[in-house]
Amino acid sequence: MTHDNSYTGQKFKVIGNRFKRPDGVDKVTGRARYGADASAPGQLVGLVLRSPHAHAKIKKIDTSKAEKLPGVKAIITSDDLPDLTGGARDMANILENCMARGRALYDGHAVAAVAAVDNQTARKALKLINVSYQVLPHVTDVDEALKEDAPVIHDWVYTGGLDPKPTTPSNAANRTQMGHGDVDAGFAAADVIVEHTYKTEQTHQGYIEPHACLATVSPDGSAEMWVTTQGPFTYRTVCATLLGLDIAKLKVTSSEIGGGFGGKTHVWMEPLALALSRKTNRPVKMVMTRDEVFRASGPTASTSIDVKIGAKKNGKITAATLEMRYQGGAFPGPWAMLACMTGFACYNIENQRSVGWDVIVNRPKVAAYRAPSAPMAAFAVESALDIVAERIGMDAVDLRLKNVAKEGTQAPYGPIYGPIGIEAALKAVKKHPHYKARLQKGQGRGVACGFWFNIGGQTCVDLNIGTDGTVNLAVGTVDVGGARSSMAMIAAEELGISYDDVRVSVADTASLGHNDTTEGSRGTFSSGMATIFAARDAINVLRERAAKMLDVPVEDVVWQDGEARATGKGHGNLPVLSLKDIAGKSANTGGPIAGHNEVVADGAGMGFAAHICDVEVDNETGLATVARYTVVQDAGKAIHPDYVEGQFQGAAAQGIGWALNEEYVYGADGRLQNAGFLDYRIPVCSDLPFIDTQILEIPNPNHPYGIRGVGETSIVPPLGAVNNAIASAAGVRMKHAPMSPIRVLDALDEASVESQVSAG
Amino acid sequence: MRWMKPPWNLRLVRVSLNGALRSGVGGAAFIDVEAATIRELLSRLIERYPDMQAQLDRGIAVAIDGVVFRDDWSQPLPLGAEVVLMPRIEGG
Repeated sequence: MTHDNSYTGQKFKVIGNRFKRPDGVDKVTGRARYGADASAPGQLVGLVLRSPHAHAKIKKIDTSKAEKLPGVKAIITSDDLPDLTGGARDMANILENCMARGRALYDGHAVAAVAAVDNQTARKALKLINVSYQVLPHVTDVDEALKEDAPVIHDWVYTGGLDPKPTTPSNAANRTQMGHGDVDAGFAAADVIVEHTYKTEQTHQGYIEPHACLATVSPDGSAEMWVTTQGPFTYRTVCATLLGLDIAKLKVTSSEIGGGFGGKTHVWMEPLALALSRKTNRPVKMVMTRDEVFRASGPTASTSIDVKIGAKKNGKITAATLEMRYQGGAFPGPWAMLACMTGFACYNIENQRSVGWDVIVNRPKVAAYRAPSAPMAAFAVESALDIVAERIGMDAVDLRLKNVAKEGTQAPYGPIYGPIGIEAALKAVKKHPHYKARLQKGQGRGVACGFWFNIGGQTCVDLNIGTDGTVNLAVGTVDVGGARSSMAMIAAEELGISYDDVRVSVADTASLGHNDTTEGSRGTFSSGMATIFAARDAINVLRERAAKMLDVPVEDVVWQDGEARATGKGHGNLPVLSLKDIAGKSANTGGPIAGHNEVVADGAGMGFAAHICDVEVDNETGLATVARYTVVQDAGKAIHPDYVEGQFQGAAAQGIGWALNEEYVYGADGRLQNAGFLDYRIPVCSDLPFIDTQILEIPNPNHPYGIRGVGETSIVPPLGAVNNAIASAAGVRMKHAPMSPIRVLDALDEASVESQVSAG
Repeated sequence: MRWMKPPWNLRLVRVSLNGALRSGVGGAAFIDVEAATIRELLSRLIERYPDMQAQLDRGIAVAIDGVVFRDDWSQPLPLGAEVVLMPRIEGG
C-alpha cells in the first residue's frame, strides 16, 4: 500500500518533549541483556585461532592433537564452510573474511575455530592446532599498496572504472570519478590556488560491547541466534546464505547493543558460531576479546588525499578537486566512492571533480563507521578551505557562507538539493555565543562543516492495542540511539494517548517482516514513518469499532485527541469513546485491535552540520586539548531532543578522538601493535568539555513529521574543526590525523626551524 | 548536466550518470530513455546496456528532482524531472 509521506506541518503535543527513557532502569541496574548475557543448557564456548601473519599461505592445518583434548567437541576450518555463494563475489568475500580459505590476508584473520566445554579447554585447544604457514610479502599502507613493486594481494582484482579495462591484477580495486563543470577553466580563473596532501589513519568505532552471540542449530535445520547487531534481519540473510540454512528457519534476536556505529552491520564470527553448533549439535557461545575486536572486526579506512581549491579574491571558489586513496582492508569496498560523493557536498562549486581509488591492503576488512568515508575527505577540504581564507584575507566562516550549498545546488553526485540546512547552520554558528566568546591566551578556534546522506529502506512495524487500551509497538530497527522512546512518542502522538501507555520492543526476525539494518541514520526516519502509518491504520480500526458501539456509520466517526466522536445530524447526544473504552469492548466488536505497516521509506533528508572548536596547544608536549566545542546540526524535526543532542555529542566525541589520538599502528611485520584500549586511546569524559549543541529544524519534505536522520553527520566536521583550531592556536597547519602530541610537536619543531632559517 | 527537453519524443527522460555507473553506458554523462517509472527505466537500461547489470547488482539508487529512491521502483518519472542514477548508499 502506498502512503503519502509528505511533510504536513502537523502541530504536536507529544513530539519534542523530553520523556524518561524506557530502557534506563534496566541499563543502570545491569538487568539489560547484551550479547554476552545469554546462555543455554549445555552450551559450549567457541574460540577462534587467528593468523599471526599479515599475509601468508596456509599450507596445512593439523587439528589432530586439539581434537584429542578432553572437552573439545568440534574444530572447524574453511573445509567446514563450503562456498555456497554461487559466485556472488561480495558474499564470497564475507565468507572468506569470516574464515581464511588457503591464505591469511591480515594479522588476525581467522584460520580455525574450536568449540569446547569451557573457555580454558578451548584456549588449550587453540594452542594445540598446528598451522603451517608460508609467509608472503605484505603491504598495509594505502600509498605503498599502489606502488608498482607492491605485492598484489588478489589475482582476481582488476581495477574497475578504467577504460580500457586493465589486463593485469592490481591492489586498486576501483576508480570512481564524480563532479561537474570544467575544473581546468575554473583553476585558470582563480586568483589563489591551494593544494595539499592530507593523510588520516585507521580508526575503530570503539564500541564498548564486543561482538558476542549464542548460536543454536538443531538437527532438523532450524536455528536460533542471540547476537549484538545493528541488523538482525541482515545477519539472518547473510548467515543463512553462507551456511545453506532456510531463512525462515533461522531466528535471530538482537540483544541490547553496547554501541555499533556501523561495526555491527556486518557479520564476523557469527557464522562460525552457527557452524560449530551445527557440528556439535549443542549451543555455542562466542564473545570476542578486545584484541580480536581490533584485529578482526571492521575498522574504518586509512586514507591519503590530495585536495586542490582555487578561489577569487572575493572568496568565490572557482574550482576544486580531490584525488583520494582509501584502503578497504583485504577486500574491495565502496569507501573511496562514498568520499567522492561527500567531499564537496557542503558547497556550491560550479567546477569540481572528485576521484577515488579503493585500495586493497593486508588489514582487516573495513566496515562502515558513522558517515563512512566522509570525515576523511572533510578533513582535507575543511583544512584547505581555512588556508584559502587565510590567503585571501577573508573570515573562514564567511568564505564558507559565500560558497555554501543551498536548495537548488547540484550535489557532487548529481542530484539537485531540496531544502537543506548547511547555510542555516553556518549562520547559527556566527550568531552563537561560543563563536563570539573571547579566546583565552594560547587558545585557537576552528570551524568546519559536514554532510551525510542519510537513508531509509525496508521497514515494518506492528502496533497492538491491549484490552486495557495500552499499546505494544514492535519495531524491526535496533534501538541504537533512543528508538524505543521516539517510536513510543510517535505512536502516542498519533493515537492521542499518553507516552507512558506505549511500550516499544525490538522484534526478532520470526516476529516481523524484513527490516533493513539500522544504519545510515535511518532508524527514526524509517520506523517513525512506519509507526505513523501503523497508528493511522489502527485508528481506522478504532473508528470502525466505535461505529459499532455507537450504532452509526463509520463515516460519521472521527478520531480526535485520542477519542472517537460521532459527528453529524442526530449524533449530538452520543457519548465520546476513549481508546480505553473501545479497547475494553474489543471482544464484542470484532476481536483484537491492531495496526500494521510495511513501507519502503525513501526520500531521506540530507544531514548537514557546522561545528565550532576551541583548543589549547601545549607547545612543550604538543598536546592539543579541546577547551570548548559546539555542534550545530539540522535534525529536520527532533522527536526527543535529549536523544538528538546525545547523537550530536557522541558523534562529535568520536570525531575528536579520531582527530587527536586514535589510530591503528602497524609494525614493519604487518601486525597491529596497539590492539587494546590502553594503547588505542579513545577520549573519555575527562578528556572532553561538555559538548554544546544547537538543533536546527528544517523539515524534510519527504517525511510526515519532517524527520531527518541525525546519528552520523556530526562525526564529519571534527577533524577539520580541530585542525583549524590548532592552526589558530599554534600557528601550524597539520596534514596528518590524528593530530597526536608527537605529530603536533614535530610540526612545531619544523615551523621553528623554518622560522629560524628565514630569520637567519 | 541539467535536464533539457528532448525535442523528438516527449516520453523520453534524460538520465544523468555519475562515477562508475558511466562505464556501464560507454562513458556517457547522460542518456535518454523512454520510461515512465524507475522500474521501466532500469529495464530499458539493461536492454540497451547489458554491462549495466553488474552495476545494478552492486546497488544503485535513483534521484528524482533531488529525492533519492533506493528501493521504490514504482516511482513515476515525471516529464521534465531531473533524474540521476547514482550508487546505492548505506551507512554506519
